[in-house]
Amino acid sequence: MSNKEWPLWEVFIRSKQGLNHKHVGSLRASDAQMAVDNARDVYTRRSEGVSIWVVESNSVFASEPTDADSLFEPANSKAYRHPMFYDVPDGISHM
Amino acid sequence: MKEVTISELERRFQEKIDNDIKIEPKDWMPEEYRQTLIRQISQHAHSEIVGMLPEGNWITRAPNLRRKAVLLAKVQDEAGHGLYLYSAVETLGADREATIDDLHTGKAKYSSIFNYPTTSWADMGTIGWLVDGAAIMNQVPICRCSYGPYARAMVRVCKEESFHQRQGFEIISLLAQGTPEQKAMAQDSLNRFWWPSLMMFGPNDAESKHTAQSMKWKIKRSTNDELRQLFIDVTVPQAEMIGLTIPDKDLKFNEETGHYESGPINWDEFWEVVKGNGPCNKERVDARKKAKDEGAWVREAAMAYAEKRKERSAIRA
Repeated sequence: MSNKEWPLWEVFIRSKQGLNHKHVGSLRASDAQMAVDNARDVYTRRSEGVSIWVVESNSVFASEPTDADSLFEPANSKAYRHPMFYDVPDGISHM
Repeated sequence: MKEVTISELERRFQEKIDNDIKIEPKDWMPEEYRQTLIRQISQHAHSEIVGMLPEGNWITRAPNLRRKAVLLAKVQDEAGHGLYLYSAVETLGADREATIDDLHTGKAKYSSIFNYPTTSWADMGTIGWLVDGAAIMNQVPICRCSYGPYARAMVRVCKEESFHQRQGFEIISLLAQGTPEQKAMAQDSLNRFWWPSLMMFGPNDAESKHTAQSMKWKIKRSTNDELRQLFIDVTVPQAEMIGLTIPDKDLKFNEETGHYESGPINWDEFWEVVKGNGPCNKERVDARKKAKDEGAWVREAAMAYAEKRKERSAIRA
């Protein structure tokens, strides 16, 4: 008797046309089709979705939380990318 | 990279929690925090799955098609809740099958309420009204738990619990307004489930060994006694409204505090059931083991089929 566990799948749901697929959780299934079928029953029992993506969890390569400071530093140190950085004289509109 | 001491990591961790910043799976966390969550979330998951059994008992005997469809949907929700929670526990590095084996060997516990039998249809009403009602009281604060995946699972669960409670209350209030026999059935069910429902909140605060640390880590956001009192305060008027009597001769409303005061809980009974000596402990765990053992060939066949298809498509490519 093999004790091989079914692989883990990450589930992404598009809640309606026009929105991104969003991560909702994970589940175990023997293959991709079963993962989609199970995701329907586990994550969309109340019309939460119109489309499902499943990705095997071990295919996800994620950034490390300990690298977050250096990884996102360039975004934090460049305030001039935000429109609030610039002075707009009083009386100027449509800008 | 600069070496950071454990105590510094712990300090930063607690600072995040104090500032209500959620902890996510890959973040550093103290080992005891991880173990506490694995224990709590897996036992929560087991409660959802074992909780399907007392209600599953009545699916084939529901009094009409509407009740049957509703009960099926409710029991299916409980399976879903279990799966959200097993998914959350896996983010902590716990092995799903190993946590389930802990349930089967008796190492892991589940809510003691499910060790009571469901002997009449009225119990389907009482479970929805009281047991799911108590579960809502317990679970709403966990939506703000410090661990992200657990909090998110709870948000989903809580959205669905309201249906569970209302369908139960509808069953029990209709019986309470029915024939004398139906009303007696409703009262009998309340008599059997009232005290075990109060025990669902766990031991008194003074006896609860995990509460202080769990509150500091914001895994728990209210104490057992606070939640129990809240439950009593909202439930007693509901019983009065439908003409049922809470089986507690000491129950009285304190005008000054605005709270109900209730009689003593039989904690000996609670600990006996937790230890495995409740009316249905053995039956419940046996049913779970049987489901796992008898489904083994299906899981194995599905895996073999998936592997064979993968091999074939690799050859074709």
